[in-house]
Amino acid sequence: MAQHMRKGARVQALTANRLQDGIVVYLTPDNRWSEKMQDADVADGKEEAAALLARGQAFLGSKDVVDVYLFEVEGDEHGGIRAMSVREAIRQAGPTVRPDLGKQAEGKV
Amino acid sequence: MYRYDEFDHQLVRERVKQFRGQVARRLSGEITEDEFKPLRLMNGVYLQLHAYMLRIAVPYGTLSSRQLRKLAELARKYDRGYGHFTTRQNLQLNWPALKDMPNLIEELATVEMHCIQTSGNCIRNVTSDHYAGAAEGEVEDPRIICEIIRQWSTFHPEFSYLPRKFKIAVSATEHDRAAIRVHDIGIRVLKNGLGETGYEVWIGGGLGRTPIIGKKVGDFIRREDLLSYLEAALRVYNMSGRRDNMYKSRIKILVHEIGEAEMKRRVEAEFEEIRKEGRLQLPDEEVERIRRYFAAPAFETLPDQSAELDAEMAKDEDFAHWVRQNTVKHKTPGYAIVNISLKPIGGTPGDISSEQMEAVADLAEKYAFSELRAAHEQNLTFAHVRKQDLRAVYDGLSAAGLATPNIGLISDQIACPGLDYCALANARSIPLAQEISERFADLKLQHDIGRLHINISGCINACGHHHVGHIGILGVDKKGIENYQITLGGAADEIASVGDIIGPGFTDDKIVDAIETIVMTYLDIRQEGEIFLDTYRRVGLQPFKDKLYATH
Repeated sequence: MAQHMRKGARVQALTANRLQDGIVVYLTPDNRWSEKMQDADVADGKEEAAALLARGQAFLGSKDVVDVYLFEVEGDEHGGIRAMSVREAIRQAGPTVRPDLGKQAEGKV
Repeated sequence: MYRYDEFDHQLVRERVKQFRGQVARRLSGEITEDEFKPLRLMNGVYLQLHAYMLRIAVPYGTLSSRQLRKLAELARKYDRGYGHFTTRQNLQLNWPALKDMPNLIEELATVEMHCIQTSGNCIRNVTSDHYAGAAEGEVEDPRIICEIIRQWSTFHPEFSYLPRKFKIAVSATEHDRAAIRVHDIGIRVLKNGLGETGYEVWIGGGLGRTPIIGKKVGDFIRREDLLSYLEAALRVYNMSGRRDNMYKSRIKILVHEIGEAEMKRRVEAEFEEIRKEGRLQLPDEEVERIRRYFAAPAFETLPDQSAELDAEMAKDEDFAHWVRQNTVKHKTPGYAIVNISLKPIGGTPGDISSEQMEAVADLAEKYAFSELRAAHEQNLTFAHVRKQDLRAVYDGLSAAGLATPNIGLISDQIACPGLDYCALANARSIPLAQEISERFADLKLQHDIGRLHINISGCINACGHHHVGHIGILGVDKKGIENYQITLGGAADEIASVGDIIGPGFTDDKIVDAIETIVMTYLDIRQEGEIFLDTYRRVGLQPFKDKLYATH
């Protein structure tokens, strides 16, 4: 999944898909996987990103998640974070053509 | 239609059991994702953006009412109450959980369906003409040979690890509705001067990153030799196809690199070797056994004209529109082929809800011999309907929201799932298809424009067949922003062509205007009787380019 990471990215969060149902999850500061992006831990700069990625990859041998990777975020107007790419914005919310489905419909945005 | 024999049943049952064990071992952590991924892909389970996706094989696009009802039930039980018909005549579920997959495929097996060979570097589901058995001028039902190829290729040990995936399509009429020239192998059933049935074999077509029209390598392969010939072609590919670079690993690259003549020579040499052994001759009895499964239903002797139908058409203009646009002449007098559009204005191409599946299954049972087809254009077809029943079919479809009279028109677009669902996509396809269909919603305008195929792909893999759309749209990622490139002049039929790129791409807020400019330019310059493709072939890119990139 490395192809979704942007080289020059500064502020990043870590995402994966939950093994048993494929649902998109984010790594939190206390090493849990949350369905909400706003719960995600945020890494600023290369070193923090490497540490965040390492924490996520430690789960790869487990039965929790698959496809762990970093993605770029920025601060939003509510003091939270927002994904920079269309792809991650869609992953986080659900299909743009089905607002009745996915996290956008489940109050998990 | 074909019914499983004891071998089919056993094979599918064993696969379900095997996959159940594999899923259990993965969920318990006994095997890693790296170990599990190839196993799940062999059973059609992909991981997409929001969830897993299950691709269910619909062999040569033929489904029974019973099967469609089961699909409706499974979509409701394990998914979000809908499915998506693909350009390979399969059905995809977008949200099933991995933990539910074993039960899901076990239930599928009860209606003789599975997900085998819907992924991986093997021979995939064989596709065909959705008018099979009903089309005028058909040499024979193409599904007979499709089924024989299905049986031959299922779990074929030699061809389970090809350099890359392998797609075969079969057509049995001069007019090609199965896009055989853009498949790894395309087969056309035809007769020779002596009236014998045989096969024309096209090799090395394909879309994706490198679109290439196939080459006619076999002119007339005799019926008993077809499997030997296919085996020879696959063997040449398996031995010589590239495995070092996945972008160059399809058979089209091999044919392109060694040339048509050399490919022909190698296939024929291999074919001679196989033939000498004589092991793969297709026995007449076996062909006859399979043929019986595809025997025409018991058609009534009817006059071709139906007074009831004529009266209904005179009375109701909407119905008359639908009959003219969505039904096609059947080879049997008094019958019609009915196309069911899965392209409502503003809808998602190919999507169908569980309730709609059930409505279609019921109508098929009542009026279409309990059978239907998925078309590669992401619509459905009832192959055989009495003309006098068209009104009832229309009413049933209307009630289910399935009577949009737009088959072959600008709003009948092919679109891949794109970035709304697909992990490989770079841009969204569906919202674009929706906006275009809304922009051209006026039926009078659509009729005036005439036949026009717009095909949209959200990435270069070209599941939306953009290269062979009269107008093709390819979504690309430009630094995280969606951007769309336009091609003109593609076609997937017997005069297949790859579209030409018109120029720089457009952002999502400009692309629909650009399409409108192209369509309006065509309306300005077309000559009497021309459809868009005719005009394009007459005038080329320039007039469209001039309008599109004119600086004001």
